[in-house]
Amino acid sequence: MSAAPALAVEDLCVEFRTRSGVVKVLDQVGFSIAKGETVALVGESGSGKSVTAFAVMGILDAAGRVTSGTAMFGGSDLLALPERELAELRGRELSMIFQNPRTALNPIRRVGEQIADVLVRHGGATRAKAPALAIEMLKKVRIPDPERRAKAYPFELSGGMCQRVMIAIAIACRPSLLIADEPTTGLDVTTQAVIMDLIAELAREIGTATLFITHDLTLAAEYCDRIIVMHAGHVVESAPSATLFSAARHPYSARLLAATPGESGALASLASIPGSLPDLRRADLPSCRYSERCERRLDACAEPLPRTAVGEAHIVACRNPL
Amino acid sequence: MLPLLRHARYVLSENPVTAFAFGLFAMFLLAAILGPLIAPFDPLATNTSLALKPPSAAHWFGTDQLGRDIFSRVLVATRIDLTIAFASVILAFLLGAVSGVAAGYFGGWSDRIVGRLADTIMAFPLFVLAMGIVAALGNTVTNIVIATAIINFPLYARVARAEANIRRDVGFVEAARLSGNGEARVLFGHILPNIMPIMMVQMSLTMGYAILNAAGLSFIGLGVRPPAPEWGIMVAEGANFIQSGEWWIALFPGATLMLAVFCFNLLGDGLRDIIDPRKRT
Amino acid sequence: MSVPLLDIAELRKHFEVGAKRGAWRRFRDRLSGKDAPTPKLHAVDDVSLTIGRGETVGLVGESGCGKSTLVRLINRLLDPTDGVIRLGATELSLFRARDFAANENRARIQMVFQDAGDSLNPRYTAFDAIADPLRRLKRVGGDALVARVDALADMTGLPRELLSRFPHQLSGGQKARVGIARAIAVEPELLILDEPTAALDVSVQVVILQLLEDLKARLGMSYLFVSHDLNVVRLLCDRVLVMYLGKIVEAGPAAEVFARPLHPYTRALISAIPQADPARRAGRLRLSGEPRSPIDPDPHVCRFHGRCPIGTTVCAQSAPALRRMTPSRDVACHFADTAVTLNTVQDSSPAKNGSGEP
Repeated sequence: MSAAPALAVEDLCVEFRTRSGVVKVLDQVGFSIAKGETVALVGESGSGKSVTAFAVMGILDAAGRVTSGTAMFGGSDLLALPERELAELRGRELSMIFQNPRTALNPIRRVGEQIADVLVRHGGATRAKAPALAIEMLKKVRIPDPERRAKAYPFELSGGMCQRVMIAIAIACRPSLLIADEPTTGLDVTTQAVIMDLIAELAREIGTATLFITHDLTLAAEYCDRIIVMHAGHVVESAPSATLFSAARHPYSARLLAATPGESGALASLASIPGSLPDLRRADLPSCRYSERCERRLDACAEPLPRTAVGEAHIVACRNPL
Repeated sequence: MLPLLRHARYVLSENPVTAFAFGLFAMFLLAAILGPLIAPFDPLATNTSLALKPPSAAHWFGTDQLGRDIFSRVLVATRIDLTIAFASVILAFLLGAVSGVAAGYFGGWSDRIVGRLADTIMAFPLFVLAMGIVAALGNTVTNIVIATAIINFPLYARVARAEANIRRDVGFVEAARLSGNGEARVLFGHILPNIMPIMMVQMSLTMGYAILNAAGLSFIGLGVRPPAPEWGIMVAEGANFIQSGEWWIALFPGATLMLAVFCFNLLGDGLRDIIDPRKRT
Repeated sequence: MSVPLLDIAELRKHFEVGAKRGAWRRFRDRLSGKDAPTPKLHAVDDVSLTIGRGETVGLVGESGCGKSTLVRLINRLLDPTDGVIRLGATELSLFRARDFAANENRARIQMVFQDAGDSLNPRYTAFDAIADPLRRLKRVGGDALVARVDALADMTGLPRELLSRFPHQLSGGQKARVGIARAIAVEPELLILDEPTAALDVSVQVVILQLLEDLKARLGMSYLFVSHDLNVVRLLCDRVLVMYLGKIVEAGPAAEVFARPLHPYTRALISAIPQADPARRAGRLRLSGEPRSPIDPDPHVCRFHGRCPIGTTVCAQSAPALRRMTPSRDVACHFADTAVTLNTVQDSSPAKNGSGEP
C-alpha cells in the first residue's frame, strides 16, 4: 500500500444517546482500504460494523454522534465535510448497497427511472440519454431482458433482481469506494453466490475499493483480500483473509472461526464463545472490551488497547495474542 | 406492568402536554365521582330572584334564567356526560373489537359482512344517523349510548380487523395453534391482547367524539331531558340568551365540553406514546 | 428401516391465485362459455418422503420452493389438496387443520420457529409461553406446571429467573431457548426445526445446535430440519431432501449427497456455499436466471429446465420423475446416471416463462 489509500479511518469514536445512557458504540476504530482493494468488516450483531459504515457515509441516525476521528477519502475528511458536499460525494464517489434491496428502492418508481435519476444527478448524463444508459447498466448487472425490466417496479422483481438494480445504482457513477452492507442477507444461497460474484467482478472492472460488511467469515474470506474483525466497537484484528483463517492471533477471531461451521468436522468440534458482549453503556468499560470473556487475559490487558503489527498487513489489538 | 409505569412516568416527565391531559382527566374523573357531593348549590333548585346573574364570588359561573347555579350544574353534569361517553365507547369497543378481530382473522364471509356493515354505517352522516336511532328507539340515556356506540362501531371494527389481519399468520399465532389453542383461544387469548394497546388509544380518541355526540343530541333535544343538568342542554338553553348579553349561560358548559374533548384527544396521543413498544427500551 | 415415524405419500398443495370469483361470476362465466379454471400455484407437488424414528432429515431449497408449505402441511396448520400424511399408525391427513388443535395427536408434532422473537407472543412471559402447550394439550396445572416448566428451562439451559421476563427483555439466544422449551414441552415424536438458528450469531448458533442434538438423544425425537445453511444441515442431518419448485429433486444420506450430488440443482446449491480456501473453488456451478413460475407449471417440462446447465430438449418434453439411483438415493433428473462432471458448466439462458419469484 504505497499510494494514498482509498479510505483511511482513524480513531473513529461514535456514541448513541439513548434514554438509558450513552452507548459507546465505536471506540477508536481505525483501518484503511487501498485503492481497488476489497476489505471485509466482520463481526457479530452489536459489533459496530454497520455503524462504522454509516458514520463514514454520514448517514448515522439522529441519536448517533461522531465524537472523534477522521475518515480521509480522496484528500478530504468525510467526518468534517459539510452535509452538502458530502451529499455530492455520496452517489458519485462513495456509494452503498444496503441489506434489504426491496426497502432501499423507491417502491413507486420504475427501476429504470431510478437508475436514470442517479445518472442525471451525479453522473452528468442528460435526461434524454439517461434511460438508454440505465438499460446499459441493467445489462451490466446481468438482468435478463433489460429493456422490459427497466419498466418494472421493485415489487415485480425478485429479491435477487432488486439487489442487482441496487448494484447498478451504486456503480452507475463509477465510485471510488463502494460499501456493501450485508448485501446478500435474506437472499438464497444460490442467489448470494451470483450476487457476490457480480459485485466482485464489477468492482474489479471499474477499479473501485470495496468495504464489505458481513457476519459471515467464510463469505468474507472468499471475496475479500483482507478481513477486519470487530468486537463490541473495537477493531480487534486485521489480516489478509488466508492469514486470518490459518493463523488468527486475536483470541476472539480464533473463537469466531472455531464457532463457524465448515465443510468438515462434527458439531461437537465447534466451540461457542463464552460470555456475551459487555454492556456498552457502562462507565467502567475495560480498555479491552473482550477481556471479560477472554481466557488469555493478563493484568496488562487493563492498559490501553495496543495495535501490534504481527506480520504483513496483520495487526492485532491484543496484549497476549495467540 | 412495573416497567410500563416507569415508562409512563418518563413519557409524562418528557411531555408536559400529556401530563397536563392526564391531570385534566383526573379532574374530570373526580368531578364525575364527587360532583353531587361537592357542588355548592343544588343543581335543580330554582330561585327566580337570582335569575340571570353574571359570574360572581358566590356563583362562579353565574346563574341561568331560573336562577340555578351554573357552576353546580356543570359540575354535576360531568357524571352523566362521562357515563354516556364511557358506556358507549365500551359498547362500541366490545362490538367492534370482537367482530373486527374475527373478520380479520377468519376472513371470507365474516370479513365481508363486518366490512359491509361498517361501510354502510360510514355512508351516513354519522350525527344524523345517531339522531335517527334515538328518534326511533326513544329518548333515553340507554338509547343515546346505543346510538353513539353504533356510529363509533366502524372505527373499532376497522382498526381491529386490520390489526388482526396482519397478525393472522405471524409466528406466535401459528405457535399458539401448535400448542393446542383452538381458534377462539387464539383469537381472544393471543391476538386480542396484542391489539389492546391500539384499541385503548382508539377508545381515548373516540371518547371525545362520544362526549360531543351525546351533548349534540341533547342540544337538539334528543337526549337527556331538562331539567337534568347536561352540558349539551345547558348550551342549548344558554344559546337563547347570548343575543341579550347573558353569555355565561352557554359559555361555561360549552367551554367545559370543549375542555373535555380536548383532554381526551390529548390523552389518546399520550397513551400512544406510552404503549408504543418502539418508544420503550 | 422398519416402519417410519412419518410417512408422506403423493402430497399436494395447490393454492388458487388471481382474483377470486364469487358464485355469481362463476355462474355467469359458465353461461358465456368463459369458464377457464382458476390458475393454481403448485406449492407442493407430489411429494413423498419418510422420516424414521430417531432420524434427522434435512430439507433444503430456495425461498419459494415450497419448504414452508410442506412444513405447514406436516404440522397440520394447512390442509393438503391431496395425499396422505401418516404419523406412526395414524393418518393425520384425515383430520382437518382447523380442528387439529383439539386433536389428541396435536402434541406428537411440534415445531421450533425460524424467528424466535416473532414466534413468541409479546405479551406472554417466558413461563407462559412454555406453559401454554402444557396447559392446553396435557392439562397440567398448579404446582405440577411450575415444576415442569422449571425442568424444561433447566433442560434447555434457560436460567429460571428469566422465566418471568417478556420476549423483548430476552436476548436472541434466550428467545431461541424459550422456543425450544415450548416445542419439547409436550414431548413430541417429531420436531420440525424451521431454520432455528437463522437469526442468531454464529457463536450462539453453535450452542443452540448442540442443545438440539443433545435433546434429540435424550428425548428420542425425530427431527425435520429446514435450513438454507448447508454447512449446518451437514452437521446435523442423517439424510437430506432437496426441494425445487414444489418437488423433491434429490434425496439421500447427507454425507453422500454433499460428497457427490447427482441433481444439477443440488450441485449448484453446494457450489454456492462460500469457500475460504481458494483451492476448493474450482469448477463451481453458478445458476443464472430465475426459477420458472410455480403457477400451473407444464407437467411435461422439468421444473429446473431453463436454469439447468445441462438441460437438453428432452427436459422440455418430459419431466423427470424421482427415481432410485442407489438403495439410499433418489434423484429426479434425466441425466443423473450419465457422468456429468462439475466442469461442464455452460451458461444457459434464463427461463422464458420464469417471471420472477412467486
